[in-house]
Amino acid sequence: MNVDWLLEHSPALIIVLPLLAAFLTPIIDKFSKKARNAFVIAVLIIEEILVIFLAHDVFTNGIHIYTMGAANPTETVPAQAAVPIRIVLEVDGMSIFMALISATVSLAAAIYSLAYIEEEKGKGKFYTLLLLVLVGMLGMELTGDMFNMFVFLEVLSIACAALIAYRSHFGDSVEGAFKFLIISSIAALFVLFAIALLYAQYDLLNIAALASAINYTHLDKIALVLLIAAFAMKCGAVPMHFWTPDAYSVAPSSITAMLVAASQASLYALFRVCFTLYGVTLNLATIGAVIIIFGLLSMFVGVTMAIPQKDIKRLMAYHAISQTGYMLLGVGVGLYLLTKPEFSSYGIKAMEGGIFHIINHAMYKGLLFLTAGAIYYRLKTRNLNEMGGLGHSMKYTSIFFIIGALAIAGIPPFNGFASKLLIYEAAYKVSPILSIIAMLVSILTLASFVKVFHSAFMGPKIHDVEEVPKSMLAGMAVLTFVIILFGLFPGWVVSNIVHPAAQALADQAAYIQAVLGG
Amino acid sequence: MIYNIPFYTVVALILIGLYAMLFKRNLIKIAIGLTILESGVNLFLITLGYRKEGVAPIYTNLPSGIDVPDKMVLPVPQALTLTSIVIGVAVLALVLSITMMIYRHYGTLDSRKVRRLKE
Amino acid sequence: MSEERMSVIVTTIASLLFPFIFIFSFYVIMHGHLTPGGGFQGGAIGASAIVMLIVAYGAREVYKKASDEKLSIFESVGGLLFVLVGILGFILAASFLSNFLVGEPIFGNIPPFGSNPGELNSGGILPLLNIAVGMKVIGGLASVVLIMALAGGEKK
Repeated sequence: MNVDWLLEHSPALIIVLPLLAAFLTPIIDKFSKKARNAFVIAVLIIEEILVIFLAHDVFTNGIHIYTMGAANPTETVPAQAAVPIRIVLEVDGMSIFMALISATVSLAAAIYSLAYIEEEKGKGKFYTLLLLVLVGMLGMELTGDMFNMFVFLEVLSIACAALIAYRSHFGDSVEGAFKFLIISSIAALFVLFAIALLYAQYDLLNIAALASAINYTHLDKIALVLLIAAFAMKCGAVPMHFWTPDAYSVAPSSITAMLVAASQASLYALFRVCFTLYGVTLNLATIGAVIIIFGLLSMFVGVTMAIPQKDIKRLMAYHAISQTGYMLLGVGVGLYLLTKPEFSSYGIKAMEGGIFHIINHAMYKGLLFLTAGAIYYRLKTRNLNEMGGLGHSMKYTSIFFIIGALAIAGIPPFNGFASKLLIYEAAYKVSPILSIIAMLVSILTLASFVKVFHSAFMGPKIHDVEEVPKSMLAGMAVLTFVIILFGLFPGWVVSNIVHPAAQALADQAAYIQAVLGG
Repeated sequence: MIYNIPFYTVVALILIGLYAMLFKRNLIKIAIGLTILESGVNLFLITLGYRKEGVAPIYTNLPSGIDVPDKMVLPVPQALTLTSIVIGVAVLALVLSITMMIYRHYGTLDSRKVRRLKE
Repeated sequence: MSEERMSVIVTTIASLLFPFIFIFSFYVIMHGHLTPGGGFQGGAIGASAIVMLIVAYGAREVYKKASDEKLSIFESVGGLLFVLVGILGFILAASFLSNFLVGEPIFGNIPPFGSNPGELNSGGILPLLNIAVGMKVIGGLASVVLIMALAGGEKK
C-alpha cells in the first residue's frame, strides 16, 4: 500500500471510509461502547488526514479525477462511448476546500458528542447517522455527476432529519425535524426535476460534459431556476430561511455544528451550478446582482431577527442566516466585478473573501453552537433569561465563547476579520453602500453577542455548576485552534488554500477539460 | 398528440402535490402531497426514456425480429427512477415516523396547532 | 397481546405462505442481473413477508423472534457487504466497484450478445451487490414497519 496507490484512490476512499464505518458502528456497538467511541474517533481522524493529504495534492497538482468501476480510474470516457457514462468523482480546489471544512467540523462534533450525549439512548445509531451526514456532505462536494449529487443530497437530508429528531422525547425537536425534512424533500425533488430536464435535452448526467454541451435554451433556464431555488432553500438564504432557526435550535448542539457545514455543502452545490454547470453561458453581471441582493437581504433580515431572540440557539441560528449573506455578497460581488476588466483583480479578491468566509463561518459558528450546547448540558435550558453568572464556574467555555463571538463580529486578531475585510474592500468598488451595510450588520452582530455574553456569563453566580467534561472542551478546542490559526496567518491561508479554491470555481474550462480531455 | 398525455399528467401531479403540501393542514395529507409530487417527477423521468413501439431493455428472450438495441426504451431513466423510488421510501418512512411522534407529543395532526417553536 | 393476533385460519395460512414468499424474494434478488427485479424489489418482497407475519400474529410476537436490533444488524451486514465488495474492487482490480469477478468461476461467464435465454452464472459482482442490497432492504423495511407497529400498539 504505497503513497501513489493511496493518492490515486483517495477520492473514493474519502467517501467510502465513513460509509464503511457507519455500517460497522452498530455491530461494534453490540460488543463494547468504549470500542465504538474509539472506533468512530479513529475513523474521523484518519478521514481528516486523508482529506488533508488529498488537499495538498490538489492544491499543488490540480484537478484529481476518479472514475468509479473503470479499468483505469482516470479514464473518464470509455473507448466505446463518446461521453462519460460512469460516475466520475472530480476533485478540484473548491471541492477539497469544502471537504476540509466538513471533515474538521465532523471531527470536532464527534469528539464533543462523546460526553454530550452520554445520557441519551441509542448512541450507536447516533454515530451511524453522524457518519452518514459526513458521507452525504463529502459525496456532494467531491462528485462530478448531477444525479450522484442528488443521491448524496438525499442521504444528507435524511440523516440530518433523523439527527434533529434525535431527542425525540421533546415535542419541539420532532417538530423542527418535520419542517426540515419537508423542505429538504421538496428541494431534492426540484433538483431531480431539473436533472431530468437537463437529461431530456442532452442525454448527459456528468457535470463537465453537461457544461460543455449546454445551450441555455428555455428548458435550461427553467432547470437553472429550479436548481437555484432548491439549493438556496437548503442553504438557508432569505427568503427561504424559515426552517433554519427551527431546525438549528432543537438539534443536539454537536449536530447543529454539522448542520452548518451541511448547509454549506448546499451552498457549494449552488456555486457549482452557477459557475461550472452554466458558467459563461450566463449573464454574469445580472446573476451577480441577484446574488448580491439575496446576500444583502439575508444579512439584514438575519441580524435584525436575531437581536430580539431569547433562545440562545435560535439567536445563533439567525446569525447563521446573516453570515450566509456575507458569503453570497462576497461571491456575488466577485461575479459582478469579473465582467468589468478594470476591476477584475477585485473580483477575485471578493470571491476569495466570500469563500474564506465559508470556512471561517463553519469554524466559529460551529464553536458558538458547541458553547451553547455546553450551557444547555449544565443548565438544561436555552432561555437567556434563566442564565447568568456562568463565567464564575465555566471558565473555559466562556473563553471559547468570547473567541467565537469576537470572530463572528470581525474583530482583528481572529479569522472573521480577515474575510470580512476582503469583502468590504471589494464591495466598496461596486457601491460604497454595500460596504456600509456589511459593516452595520457586523456591528449589530457584535451588539447581539455582547448581549448574550452579558446575560449568560456575567453577573453574580446564580447556578452552582461545574465545568463541562473534558471531551466537550476538546471538541471546542479543535475549532478554536483553527480559528486562531487562521486569524494569525490569514495571508498564508488565503494564498495557499482560498485562492486555489476561488480560481477553481472561476475556471470552468479546466473543469471541463479534466473530464473530457483536450 | 397522444404522446403528450404523460407530460400533462406530470404537470397535473406536480401541481396537485405542491397544492397539497402548501395548503393542507393535516400532516398526513402533507406526506401524501409529497408522494404525489414525487410520482410526478418519477413519471417525467420514465416518460423521457420511452420510444415509440419500444420493448423492455432486457436481453433475455427478446421478441423475434427486434434489432438490438434500437427498439429498446432507454434504461438509464428507469435506473434513475428506481433510485428515486428507493429514496422516496426512506423519506416517507421517516416523515411518517416523525408524524407519529408529533401525534404522541401534541395529540393532534393539525399543523396550525403544532407550533411550539414559534416565538 | 392476544387481541393483536388474528384467527387461526389467518395465522396458519400466513405461516404456510411465508417460506414461499421468501423463496420468491430470493429468486427476484438472485435473478436481478437477468430479469426485471434486483436487490430492492426482492428485498421489498421479503420485507412484505415479515409484514404479513406482523399483521397476522401481532407486532409483539414477531418482535420476540426478530427484534428490530437483530434486523438492524442484518441490515448493517448488508451495507457492509456492499461496501466491502466495492473496496475489493480497488484491491483486486483497478477502481472502486470495478467488476473483478469477470472470467472467474463464480458469476464469471460472459453471456453472448443479443437475445439469449440468460445465464445465472454471469454478471460478476452484480449478483453479490444485489444480495447485499436485498439484505439491507429486508432488514431496513421490516424494522421500520415493526417499530411503527409496536409504537402504534402502545397507544391503546
